Amino acid sequence: MNDLALIGPILAAMFAAATPLLFAALGELVVEKSGVLNLGVEGMMLVGAVCGFAVTVRTGSPITGFVVAALAGAATASLFAVLTLFLLANQVATGLALTLFGVGLSALIGQGFVGIPLEGLPKLHIPGLTDLPVVGQALFGQDIMVYLAVAAVPLVHLFLYRTRAGLVLRAVGENHTAAHALGYKVLRIRFFAVLFGGAMAGLGGAFLSMDYTPMWAENMTSGRGWIALALVVFATWKPVRAMLGAWLFGGVTILQLHVQGLGIDVPSQLLSMLPYLATVLVLVLISRDVARIRLNAPACLGKLFHPDA
Amino acid sequence: MSLIRLEPRGQASKTMVYVTPLLAVALTLLSGFILFMAMGFDPLKALYSFFVAPVTSVRGVGELVVKATPLTLCAVGLAIGFRANVWNIGAEGQLTLGAIAGGGLALAFYGEGGWWLLPLMVIGGAIGGAAWAAVPAFLRLRFNASEILTSLMLNYVALLLLSYLVHGPYRDPDGFAFPESRLFEADATLPILWAGTRVHLGALFALAAVAGGWLLIARTFIGFQIKVIGLTPAAAGYAGFDQKRIVWLTLLLSGALAGIAGMGEVAGPIGQITASISPGYGYTAIIVAFLGRLHPVGILLAALLMALSFIGGEAAQIAMGLPKAITGVFQGMLLFFLLASDVLIRYRVRFGARRAAA
Repeated sequence: MNDLALIGPILAAMFAAATPLLFAALGELVVEKSGVLNLGVEGMMLVGAVCGFAVTVRTGSPITGFVVAALAGAATASLFAVLTLFLLANQVATGLALTLFGVGLSALIGQGFVGIPLEGLPKLHIPGLTDLPVVGQALFGQDIMVYLAVAAVPLVHLFLYRTRAGLVLRAVGENHTAAHALGYKVLRIRFFAVLFGGAMAGLGGAFLSMDYTPMWAENMTSGRGWIALALVVFATWKPVRAMLGAWLFGGVTILQLHVQGLGIDVPSQLLSMLPYLATVLVLVLISRDVARIRLNAPACLGKLFHPDA
Repeated sequence: MSLIRLEPRGQASKTMVYVTPLLAVALTLLSGFILFMAMGFDPLKALYSFFVAPVTSVRGVGELVVKATPLTLCAVGLAIGFRANVWNIGAEGQLTLGAIAGGGLALAFYGEGGWWLLPLMVIGGAIGGAAWAAVPAFLRLRFNASEILTSLMLNYVALLLLSYLVHGPYRDPDGFAFPESRLFEADATLPILWAGTRVHLGALFALAAVAGGWLLIARTFIGFQIKVIGLTPAAAGYAGFDQKRIVWLTLLLSGALAGIAGMGEVAGPIGQITASISPGYGYTAIIVAFLGRLHPVGILLAALLMALSFIGGEAAQIAMGLPKAITGVFQGMLLFFLLASDVLIRYRVRFGARRAAA
């Protein structure tokens, strides 16, 4: 009985912990589908987190906060896009630069906001459904952003596989030379894909600072941007699998907290390693199958394109 | 027709290779000027207190060398890997493991050290860092897992491991509840090279790494193989170069150098093991490697410049109340500008409409 009562809150916490990862991973998935590898997810999340938080504190409006976070994430991503797409900079190096820059910039912006509490978003309450035993709270009692992240999964899937724009985007990622020859604007398409990835990373970051742990602390994403990158590989570039992966990682994060709560005598630092070790393990398991990665990874991922060359 | 076009050069411009880092520094300073102005500071005064004032004293120049030491050690190793397209992003964790292993020896032989302890600690630090780098090497070669992500994840694991150790096994038994080890004894401390400063023997390790790195890259067959693998992996395959061996070598080497850097921090300026031994040297070293054009001598100069951004950040915080975080912003901007201006190496900027094809 006692165990059963625990399942509900654990599930609820798992979905919440998965949400920032899901936002960021879905965004990066679209970016990579267009053939661009942006390693700056962590930096974009941090900039989104601090901008969303600051705006919410100042305006009192979480909606404005999330909108600004998405815009800030996109703006940060546009730096990466200009450098890699138009100035042909190395994508790996530029992505790293974006993260280093984002860490510094967010700490700078966040200076005056450390230690300020924020309320977080209201949880939904649907009479009947939310009161269901065990799963009610987890499935029907979350806040709106958790559902938005889940709703983005079919939307991204439909966009990629059921729309013309999605087909073009995938074509650009598979073979930019051919797409260019057919008259598609390779750089423009990639530019917008990168902006979308930045906006999603910004939302993921803002979910952390405005909702999950409603406060601002330097470097508070603590590697979630990198885990999101690993999730895209885990998902073999498929949105639904990215969602499953995010839930898995949300589960590992929550598990670690609960083991501590149960009073099992393991040092907290060792438990905190679990999400990172799990990421390595999952990467190993999935990357092992070289054929599968080759089959699914966009063929032009990380390659430069210059229309005049 | 766009008004500004990039036209590929027939050959990469040698001049631009040297000009672009200077251009990047100039653009960073200009952006710093604007940034300081936007923040409501006197920009000239702020730039002066950030980039000049810190090195107007002997102590300041010494601090510059102290901070450039770990950056050089880490960046030389990373650069050799980057040349072979081995993206080790884990220098921060490897540095931490070097401190844990090398510094751990200082604690293990506390009270019974001798002249042999320091050399042992250097070896321990190198092995600690190399072992941590061996994980991504093994995972990439055996399981095809991206070394970018695995080495990065291990940074977080290393920091947590350090935190665990200083809260537990490494904690000073005679101390209070502070999460830090005993102060190292004289036998376990790197000697000071320059009286009146904190410049320690590690600075010579860094110079040795620069010389050794240059020899490896420019004068050995292995260095040649690294270059070929980095530029044209296919050609390296046809030539029968053992790419696996290069992955192992570059990762172990950069891990060992980062490990020595970490050991040098705890046995040098810090003098004990604490929960924070690096202000992000391992990450900044990535910028140093690129800014130095992946060349050991260039890296030495770039490390001095980035060291300046660390002490400038501290100085500007004390002198003008500028937030310390501005260091990271400057570092990130510098790398952005460098990567952006690198386009000039391979392309010419043309204005106006396209000319008739030649």
